[in-house]
Amino acid sequence: MTCLLSAEDVSVRYGSLAALAGVDLCVHDGQRHALIGPNGAGKTTLLNVLGGSTRPQRGTVRFAGRDVGRLGPAARARRGINRIHQRPAVFATLTATENVVVAALPRVIPQRRWWPGARRRDAHHRAGPLLEQMGLADVAAVPAGHLAHGQRRQLEIAMALAGRPRLLLLDEPAAGLSAVEVGRLVELLQALPRAVAVLLVEHRLDLVYALSDTVTVLRDGRTLAAGTPDEIRSSPLVRQAYADGVA
Amino acid sequence: MRDEVVRRARGAVAALVLAGLVVAPWAVDDYTTAILARTLALALVGVSVALLTGVAGMPTLGQTAPYAAGAYACAVLGSRISDVGVVQLAVAAAAGAVLAALTVPLVVHARGVIVLMITLAIGELVVTVLGRWRSVTGGTDGLAGIPAVRPFWGLPPLASDQARYLYALVVVATLVGAVLVLLRTRAGLLLRAGRDDETRLRASGHRVPLYVAGAHVAAGAIAGAAGSLLVVAQQYISPADFGFDTSALLLLGVVIGGTASVGGALVGAALVIAVRDWLFGVLPGHAPLVLGVLFVATVYLLPGGVSRARGRLRPPRAASARSDAPPARDRATIPELRR
Repeated sequence: MTCLLSAEDVSVRYGSLAALAGVDLCVHDGQRHALIGPNGAGKTTLLNVLGGSTRPQRGTVRFAGRDVGRLGPAARARRGINRIHQRPAVFATLTATENVVVAALPRVIPQRRWWPGARRRDAHHRAGPLLEQMGLADVAAVPAGHLAHGQRRQLEIAMALAGRPRLLLLDEPAAGLSAVEVGRLVELLQALPRAVAVLLVEHRLDLVYALSDTVTVLRDGRTLAAGTPDEIRSSPLVRQAYADGVA
Repeated sequence: MRDEVVRRARGAVAALVLAGLVVAPWAVDDYTTAILARTLALALVGVSVALLTGVAGMPTLGQTAPYAAGAYACAVLGSRISDVGVVQLAVAAAAGAVLAALTVPLVVHARGVIVLMITLAIGELVVTVLGRWRSVTGGTDGLAGIPAVRPFWGLPPLASDQARYLYALVVVATLVGAVLVLLRTRAGLLLRAGRDDETRLRASGHRVPLYVAGAHVAAGAIAGAAGSLLVVAQQYISPADFGFDTSALLLLGVVIGGTASVGGALVGAALVIAVRDWLFGVLPGHAPLVLGVLFVATVYLLPGGVSRARGRLRPPRAASARSDAPPARDRATIPELRR
């Protein structure tokens, strides 16, 4: 089976510090793939490389068979790689609906292309069901800056889906959420269409095991282990790494 | 419901102000009418500053550059080729847009204070060029005796201050209306999104530099058109009309009015020109002091400007939604000085 997204021999250095040292990764179509590891393992750096906001000193990144290593975040998003940030990034003065419309616009191809406003109208039609799916229909007309943290997270997921992604990069989506909000988040992520592959970076292992079917463990910028959640859970190597890293 | 009432009240106030502006030439003397016409030209530049500062999130001190380009293009055209207003207006807007387009590479990747510095430098450079290119611009003496404009082919020239003022009013009202319509389109939505979070906009797949460049050129065209109105109002221009004090005054007016509001920009620009030109006679030598006090008071008491004063007097909109961020619109009205 070919990889939807593959990273080969990716290395990133910040001065004398090797944040990533020859990491390989393969995410398949529709896969739920988690990246875990102790603090400083290089998880977010790898996500930055895959999302296009950090350029590696060495290695290649391919998406859907094409080298995307030289592309920035915007070009990768247009190809189907969307990212959800650790802190919910929304457009504060725009309403929830407008936020989703803006996110949908680059991937909307209206039927009547040259009709004035056709693109925006189509994006608008796409926003309604997505907000409903995320439980945000009641606050569709509220500026995103006035939404609660959990609602902003849900809005960001709606925005990511509006861009018709083939791969979602989730950077600690549960950060700052209450227990109730985390429960809601897990439901939403479990309900994502299977056509969308997910690469999840998360500290909370209960969430990782609930959401993923493959787990890759990083430590000191290298791949320590990869396997199913059960294999990773029972790996003494991984337990040791967490014990060392967290302590 | 409350928003609907506010919207209607705002529309009624705008209609009243417009009606007042239409009858103003019959209520005041010729000198005041001439000042009002010049104020309209500067208010239109203020709109272009608001478009860049408040809507696109690019605070600028350089809109006097396309303003000057438009004014000189109009003056040269009016003196040598055509006295038809729509032609002059189109050429002035094109001149402003071309100058803005030429400077796009300098500003498109910069933000905040760096944009302020770059645009300030561009404005000063243009004033220097105008002062030295004597064969075309008349140097520091400027261009005088520019023939009165006729709005369309076949119409008589606008010989009185009243007629010139009304011509300026029609042009400003039309262009402001066009800007308001533009802000309701996809372009306006994307500019506001970029102002809120440019990184997020890029992460959604948008070509942000293209939007910034488009806003810069559009604002240049508006400032250029405003330049042609200055020529119509004064029939004389010199580099002194486009110096740093004009840039600072415009930014001051837009901040006072509320950078995210086109109406606020008009009000703010009118206010600072009024203070500068009318207080000049009442309190000789003290106008800059009054302007400074006005600016400090506005920034301290109304950080969102006059146009957002209403927002400080009413409760948050969404009862169910928590507001752990500052009111977003107010925050966005202050020129962003990030990076």
